[in-house]
Amino acid sequence: MKKILLIGNPNVGKSAVFSRLTGARVTIANYPGTTVEFTQGFLKIGDEKSTVIDVPGTYSLQPTSKAEEVAVQMLREGSLVINIIDATNLERNLYLTLQLLESNIPVVVALNIWDDTRHRGIEIDVEKLEQLLGVPVITTCGLSGEGIRQLITRLPEAKASGRQALSDAQRWQEIGKIVEEVQKLHHRHHTLLENLADLSIKPLTGLPIALAVIFIAFQIIRFVGEGLISKVFEPMFENLWLPLMSRLSLFLGTEGFLHDILIGHLIDGRIDFGLSFGLLTTGLFVPLAMVLPYIFSFYFVLGLLEDFGYLPRLAVLVDNVMHRLGLHGYAIIPMILGLGCNVPGALATRLLEGRREKFIAATLMAIAVPCMAQIAMIVGLVGQRGGQFVVIVFSVLILLWLILGMLLHRFLKGESPALTLEIPPYRIPQVIATVKKLWMRTEAFLISAVPYVLLGILIVNILYALKIIHFLANVFSPVLTGLWGLPAEAMSALLVGFLRKDVAISMLGPLNLSTKQLVVGSTILAIYFPCVATFIVLTRELGIKDMLKSVLIMLSVVLIVGGLLNLVLLPNL
Amino acid sequence: MILDLTQLKLGQKGIVAEIQGGMGVIRRLESMGIRQGKKITKISAQFLRGPQTLKVDNLQVAIGFGMARKILIEVEK
Repeated sequence: MKKILLIGNPNVGKSAVFSRLTGARVTIANYPGTTVEFTQGFLKIGDEKSTVIDVPGTYSLQPTSKAEEVAVQMLREGSLVINIIDATNLERNLYLTLQLLESNIPVVVALNIWDDTRHRGIEIDVEKLEQLLGVPVITTCGLSGEGIRQLITRLPEAKASGRQALSDAQRWQEIGKIVEEVQKLHHRHHTLLENLADLSIKPLTGLPIALAVIFIAFQIIRFVGEGLISKVFEPMFENLWLPLMSRLSLFLGTEGFLHDILIGHLIDGRIDFGLSFGLLTTGLFVPLAMVLPYIFSFYFVLGLLEDFGYLPRLAVLVDNVMHRLGLHGYAIIPMILGLGCNVPGALATRLLEGRREKFIAATLMAIAVPCMAQIAMIVGLVGQRGGQFVVIVFSVLILLWLILGMLLHRFLKGESPALTLEIPPYRIPQVIATVKKLWMRTEAFLISAVPYVLLGILIVNILYALKIIHFLANVFSPVLTGLWGLPAEAMSALLVGFLRKDVAISMLGPLNLSTKQLVVGSTILAIYFPCVATFIVLTRELGIKDMLKSVLIMLSVVLIVGGLLNLVLLPNL
Repeated sequence: MILDLTQLKLGQKGIVAEIQGGMGVIRRLESMGIRQGKKITKISAQFLRGPQTLKVDNLQVAIGFGMARKILIEVEK
């Protein structure tokens, strides 16, 4: 089967074109490095089916970074390259184009983001460019789909240009000549978006804007999340699902093994969705009515920020702080993604250059960045005792993130590399694209989370029935009770936490904990170990040796922090 | 007059005269469009020796303070 590679600089819209070509669903956002993994899709032209590969962005074919190394490797296996170019940055993009043309593989050039050229005062003579490059050049707009059909029809015209290899200097000279001939720039005034862009990166205005953005984002997430829970999901469960389940409970005789597994334990003679812990009660209520609303609202806000192009600016503003943690500003991206789910957060550590940086970022994220499922449960459960206790949990995590980062930076050999980051222009998010992405992420949560939640609850019930939890609780009681002040039954939450953190936190509910125990318990569950999905990805990204180190740090930190909280910091709670 | 990027005032324009650094740094900056002879405008500078942002062609690039000092800019007096 033919292999078509999409190759281009970072943030030129490769993934948008990719999803238009193949119909495959991929994450598209307005910041460099959105795609860190190769994504494959298929394109059928006539009877011929080809594989299309979305290659992560690269500036050149000189392998200076891992991403570029892999791109070069891919090139050897490809049968055709669609070189995606940002039409608003022709000169810089042509460097990679010339390198591709020199490498003797058939190339078609897609002049993407074409719709933006006019209002930027850029005029490009496409025919001339085609002549000079010697390969087809098609204007496209990946986001709207314009020009994609033409791109497909002209794929067969792709040819290897047989250009001879140039030196760096010669190549830039050649590019200068080409740009001179094909591109005309017209003067135009700053647009509103550009003024806003400038304001949000100058520190005097940028820092207040950043605080405002974070505050508003936070408020929207809360408002939408809480609104969905109290207005939609809770009433749905109470009014529609509860009567059904009550009947089922009666039918099953209100107790017994099957009843315990499906419905759980009755609390004061009735089903309590938070506490009963049956597959059909708590098992559905936790993921759907407590977590899903927050997942939805978080990804709604994140999607807007991503597509608008705000995140790289935030990265520049926090660069100073991040350097104290041995990272640079762009490491904020894995952290923010980690707030949604630690798995994409772990993958995004690939944005960082060195092994040391990846290690610090991954460890900090795994320990101190709880995912949205976990956050939702902490808010839901700890929040019942008062908002200030939720604040305590998150303040501890933020402080831990800072202190641990500074310690890692201090004691790990090496330096934090400097930031060099492209700042994309602001773009008004396109409703359809943003909604699609939101749906994709919500669906991914439903597909991957709900089965695990059910599995988690099933395992808990079985472990209880087999008395395994009692055994483990006894073994670990010195730490659990002695150091952390938790009842031995909390062992079950720690066990399930390997599988799903949200279920683990919900398991603290039926234990009748004091507020202090609840605060300590939730904090410990956030810190002690990543969930299994995150663990697998982290091991793949860091390697076994670094992962072991990271796990050692996690376990030491949770012992210390749990003990400190219980014995020293929260004595009178 | 030649200044390094950190010494430029906000909004000041100039032409890249030299990038002092190893091949890696030069390549990285070149691939982002920052190379000898290019016209640039400084857009912002973060406090406390933070990253500097410049505009080259249609693109804004943020560069850490240390690296920004290695970029020498020819400015008109």
